Amino acid sequence: MRGATPYFLAAVGLALFLGIWEAIPRLGLLPPTLLPAPSQLPAAFLREAKSGIWGDSVLFSLWHYAIGLACGTGFGIVLGVATGMYRPFDWTLAWIVRVLRPIPGLAWVPFAILWFGIDQTAAVFIIAIGCFWIVFFAAQGAIRGVDRDLIEVAEAFGFKSGPEKLVKVLFPAALPGILIGVRTALGQAWMAVVASELFGVSGLGQRMQQASSLLATDIVVVYMLTMAALYGLVDTVFVFLQSRLLAWKA
Amino acid sequence: MDSVIDIEGLSIAFDQGGVRTEVLHELDLKIAPGEFVAIVGPSGVGKSTLLRVLIGLATPSAGTVRLNPDVKAERAMALVFQDSRLLPWRRILANVCFGLEKTQLSRAERRERALATLAGVGLRDVAGRFPHQLSGGQRQRVALARALAVRPAILLMDEPFSALDVQTREGLQDELIRVQSASGQTVLFVTHDIDEAVYLADRVVALGGHPGEVKISLEIDVPHPRSRENPHLRDFAARIRAVLFAETLVREDWVI
Repeated sequence: MRGATPYFLAAVGLALFLGIWEAIPRLGLLPPTLLPAPSQLPAAFLREAKSGIWGDSVLFSLWHYAIGLACGTGFGIVLGVATGMYRPFDWTLAWIVRVLRPIPGLAWVPFAILWFGIDQTAAVFIIAIGCFWIVFFAAQGAIRGVDRDLIEVAEAFGFKSGPEKLVKVLFPAALPGILIGVRTALGQAWMAVVASELFGVSGLGQRMQQASSLLATDIVVVYMLTMAALYGLVDTVFVFLQSRLLAWKA
Repeated sequence: MDSVIDIEGLSIAFDQGGVRTEVLHELDLKIAPGEFVAIVGPSGVGKSTLLRVLIGLATPSAGTVRLNPDVKAERAMALVFQDSRLLPWRRILANVCFGLEKTQLSRAERRERALATLAGVGLRDVAGRFPHQLSGGQRQRVALARALAVRPAILLMDEPFSALDVQTREGLQDELIRVQSASGQTVLFVTHDIDEAVYLADRVVALGGHPGEVKISLEIDVPHPRSRENPHLRDFAARIRAVLFAETLVREDWVI
């Protein structure tokens, strides 16, 4: 069971999925408005692409995604590392974290609109919140989990201050754990993109909302697949970079 | 000649569950420049803790440690741990550079010195590998190079060969002797292996009891290279064993 077998089985699985999907509206089990057949999609995609809406939506959403992810991840790493390193800081934040943590990104929409208006900043804010918690807890846990013995090596060679230990041992040792959090956030951020654009900020989410209100379900599916493709691309690039960064792992 | 280090009345105690336990009691120890001193004794006698105190990972409860200010060295001490404790994300060369990053040396100077030190332990050709690609014995030699690279006044070694198989251990013992006699490095070597202590050291200090105290201190006046079968070394080992063993018997009688 080696060689081409895994690829062949993956292709069979995908073909099966598309076949069943195509069959359901064709056989009249569901009307095409409720479930557009995959064969309708290329035409819908071309219409959307020719009008320029698809390209614009993708660019807007990618922009929100990149900035939101960067902000959420950045703050998550900084605060996660800081609370992981300094217990008093962790105690100080403990109940603030417990109050804010369970509030979903969508619940912030009213405030995002009030604070930033129907604006890109509001979308970025909601995406950043979605990523922040995942990376925050991943970084905190990773820093706490660093082998005491390695920290002693830093101390034994004279790196005794917090920043020295962070740079020499804690951060590099915690990096694998932090990157697991960042990878989870890559997916979470795409979900947040849709939510953050539902209330009128341009992008994939807004376009999906418009299309579904017009019952143009084929367009909705085109954007669902667009998002899947973008996520697949981002995740593949990330995994490649991660393997380069963690080349030292056995 | 003056000693490199002068330890006087050093006691070490811990608080464990509200109970204060002394592990080492009023140790006096002077080490001459270039001298190789081994400390032996059973587990729990405070020998590893002594090294942790000297390197600054623990604080003593009493006593003084004075370093001779006339001894020229870039760092007071460097420690080789029992397990190599290399940083797994750094290549071997970068691991040897680690301690040098605390110095004023430029990047090129650090690299040059690390390469030279690695060559000194016969590992120049693995400079570009990661620690997990090396054998246990090689990793321990890298750990030795990492400590030697900072040019310490005293090299501290905490049972550095105890986790290795016999062949590797004996190879590394001979390697250490070679490196030490070539450089005149002052060494304080902790081990529970009496034969190892006697084979390596110019002087063996045996600790025993609870809290640990010096039970016997012997000059091993056998020139290097030594044979492991040397009858004088066996005599020294027997004398140390007798003292430490008698100590154990007395304690067990007392317990009964």
